[in-house]
Amino acid sequence: MNFPIISSLILLPSIGALFLFFINSKNITGIKYVSLFVSIINFLISIYLWLIFDQSSYEFQFVESKVWIKDFINYKVGVDGISILFIILTTFITPLCIFSVNSSIKNRLKEFLIAILLMETLMIGVFCSLDLVIFYLFFEGGLIPMFLIIGIWGGERRVYSAFKFFLFTLLGSVLMLIAVISIYWIAGTTDVEELYKLGIDPKYQNLLWLAFFSSFAVKTPMWPVHTWLPDAHVEAPTAGSVLLAAILLKMAGYGFIRFSIGLFPVASEYFVPFIFVISLIAIIYTSLVALMQDDMKKLIAYSSVAHMGFVTLGLFTFTQQGIEGGIFQMISHGIVSAALFFSVGVVYDRTHSRRINDYGGLVNVMPKYSILLMVFVLGSLGLPGTTGFIGEFLILMGTFKKSFLVAAIASLGVILGAAYMLWLYKRVVFGDLTNQKLLKIIDLNKVELSILTLLALSIIFFGFYPDPFSNTYSVSVENFLNEYNDKLNSYNLQNQ
Amino acid sequence: MINLFFISTEIFLSLSILFLLLIGVFKKNSESFIYNFSCIILLVGLAININLNPQFPIDLFNNSYKIDYFTTLIKSVILISAFLVMLCSLNYVKQNDILKIEYPILILSSILGMLVMVSSNDLIVFYVGLELQSLALYVLAAFKRDNILSSESGLKYFILSALSSGLLLYGCSLIYGFSSSTNFDLIYQNSQSIEYGIIFGIVFVLVGLAFKITAVPFHMWAPDVYDGSPTSVTVIFAILPKIAALTVFINFLYGPFLEMFDQWQAVIIFLSIGSMVFGAVAAIGQKKLKRLIAYSSISHMGFALAGLSVGTNEGIQNSIIYLIIYLIMNIAFFCCLFMLKRENQYFDKVEDLSGLSKNHPLLSLSMMIILFSLAGIPPLAGFFAKFYIFTAVIEQSMYFLAIVGLLSTVIAAFYYIRLIKVMYFDEQREKYDLNHSFGLKMILVVSSTIILIYFINPNIINNFVSNITII
Repeated sequence: MNFPIISSLILLPSIGALFLFFINSKNITGIKYVSLFVSIINFLISIYLWLIFDQSSYEFQFVESKVWIKDFINYKVGVDGISILFIILTTFITPLCIFSVNSSIKNRLKEFLIAILLMETLMIGVFCSLDLVIFYLFFEGGLIPMFLIIGIWGGERRVYSAFKFFLFTLLGSVLMLIAVISIYWIAGTTDVEELYKLGIDPKYQNLLWLAFFSSFAVKTPMWPVHTWLPDAHVEAPTAGSVLLAAILLKMAGYGFIRFSIGLFPVASEYFVPFIFVISLIAIIYTSLVALMQDDMKKLIAYSSVAHMGFVTLGLFTFTQQGIEGGIFQMISHGIVSAALFFSVGVVYDRTHSRRINDYGGLVNVMPKYSILLMVFVLGSLGLPGTTGFIGEFLILMGTFKKSFLVAAIASLGVILGAAYMLWLYKRVVFGDLTNQKLLKIIDLNKVELSILTLLALSIIFFGFYPDPFSNTYSVSVENFLNEYNDKLNSYNLQNQ
Repeated sequence: MINLFFISTEIFLSLSILFLLLIGVFKKNSESFIYNFSCIILLVGLAININLNPQFPIDLFNNSYKIDYFTTLIKSVILISAFLVMLCSLNYVKQNDILKIEYPILILSSILGMLVMVSSNDLIVFYVGLELQSLALYVLAAFKRDNILSSESGLKYFILSALSSGLLLYGCSLIYGFSSSTNFDLIYQNSQSIEYGIIFGIVFVLVGLAFKITAVPFHMWAPDVYDGSPTSVTVIFAILPKIAALTVFINFLYGPFLEMFDQWQAVIIFLSIGSMVFGAVAAIGQKKLKRLIAYSSISHMGFALAGLSVGTNEGIQNSIIYLIIYLIMNIAFFCCLFMLKRENQYFDKVEDLSGLSKNHPLLSLSMMIILFSLAGIPPLAGFFAKFYIFTAVIEQSMYFLAIVGLLSTVIAAFYYIRLIKVMYFDEQREKYDLNHSFGLKMILVVSSTIILIYFINPNIINNFVSNITII
């Protein structure tokens, strides 16, 4: 058997966390270097994985399968063109989070980094598990570190937010657990590859789909169960917000592709109008809410909900463009929202205020920061030349194929997105320097500058040259859609 | 000829009890010696019991006593958990002035009663075992004589338990009246046709048993008794009688009344749903850890009963895995309680946990692992316990039970994470002592490690129960 590269990707951060556990917590530099080292090694491994990944094949690659619970569940992991990008996103964002903790985390640094590394393990696990139970384990396991990250290192209302986050997501997920077990008894296996081949009896699909949906909808988050997200984002420390926005939300989007659409094609087709309606509500309503926000983090959180609304819209068009756009939008949003939260973190560390009204005229004192923030704002609103544009454009193209009306309403969301992001930028960066505190504010230090520049460069680079991403997933998506249509057609034939 | 070899565990335990009583009477100041010696007796009993290893079921005393793999396994579990309980409560017992010669001897007699219960294949033998364990526990509950709460809890437990024993005995007599036998196998043969007298009898017996495992609506005594008894007795209440009584549930329902599955299934489902939901909801407002764990154990018993309500071998096996994981979690939880002490004073309020993570990072870390596991969050052992149960439940398409159960875990998660909040998010308070006995620390470390890494190879525990075939 070959070297278990995926398992080592999953395990490495945990081993690093275990190692940190035994380091004296006073040795701050040691702790930081160890965790940074581990996460960068993990990033390099994932890049290596990407390089040796065969882009012309839609099969799952590097599959590892092992008996785990006897006669019941196998530990099975592997990647295809869709999941590998999310793994790289995870391994890319995590080192940045660790790199950024210098200023924002004052107490219990060791525990914080352990939590971040455990989070990385779980998130990578989510994206490459090929068994429903394994997926559920990783998906739910993420609750524990995230609960602690928000609760211990968060802001004033951290307890409320942590509880809300925990209970909302748990509530959504238990129904998914029932569905997973039901699938085991209906189809005889929880192996995703097997299930793709076998298919699931259409008469059960609607209920199972709803059970999975309840979990993913909370995690995405979709309207009307999105309310935990602004609270969690606002109270979490910067690195926590970044992880939440950049990766945790993507777990649900990925789950929609891999499980909801992949396993239940008949039900997915059935629920398309429902998804379209709540996605549109999410896009329009949360954009309007975002417009009126007073708190920067809250504004970005609501914009995340709107962007994820685009993602679900694109995925459920079942067109090549729509699904590709959804995936691209998720990757793009992962980078852009991470960058925006980092940017908010930068000014928050200096002034300890997230209120937009406390700022204004930052361009006078923080020129570098203002330039980079502009890139992120433009990336978020989807200016051509940034990654945000490609995602939204593809999604809207896919949606037009399905329904003109839906696409037209969704396009309104793009305009609103531009409105709230530009208004935010105007209020924070332009204008007169009214707040006296801001006079003494210093521009980006080296660490912040390098993180933000890296993110800005990747937003622009992949905005102009998205091929590395699109080449990776296009074959997989194509095959995925073919299988989807095959299953749907055979079902329709049976019913005639 | 009666093969006494197979009850050598029980014989050994009875002789040891008599021997210890003699020592206690004739030798002064022998409390510590007796306590330590009874720990060793439990270990020796465990060794004898494991050594039995019956390859096929063995019937003794006119078929009124049954030894097979299942009963031997449960007896081993009871003996080992009794040993752990005694080991971890050693310091507590010494410091709270309850170390009398009777204390370990009462525990041993209660264990003996449980062993008899587990193996019983006859209503009378079963009742004798049940009463032996209960009588010892009444005294244990009231062992802190000068403490008003402890006396109250002993009395309360005694009166309510006597009531439930009465109901149980009445049920036994009904069963005897309608099937003309007290032997489980004969009852099975004589009760092929459904007679309402027998069903009434079953329900009465179930009420009595439900009382022992604190299933709703027969749980009222639990919080008061848990709270009032000395903690070293509470941990016994939380673990040992439940294992024994749940085994009797299995032997009783799936033995003589297997054919009446449809009749009693509804009762078990009712008990199960009631316990899961009530246990979860009622624990939310609790301010004392012992009361909280009482409600939590009510809710956990509901899950174990859900496994029994399924009517398949998998369901029973999964219930037993649930019990094993439950007892590991509970022993670990009580170890943490035993560690919350300052100058011989023990603390058991929720607020006493506040800011624990600052001064006692390792203690609060293990406590956190235990609490997340009790809440059933993956990848900890508590999740798998529930996962197995619901696998069995959903196999029989009992979706309502599964959904109610899982929703109640969400409610229950609230109060478990509230404790974590108190430990990790709140301001710190005073420090606690650090000089704990080696045994206590070891048990806590080992049990929380098991909880944490169970997922790496679940087969190790699962293999124990995969041989059990009841039906």
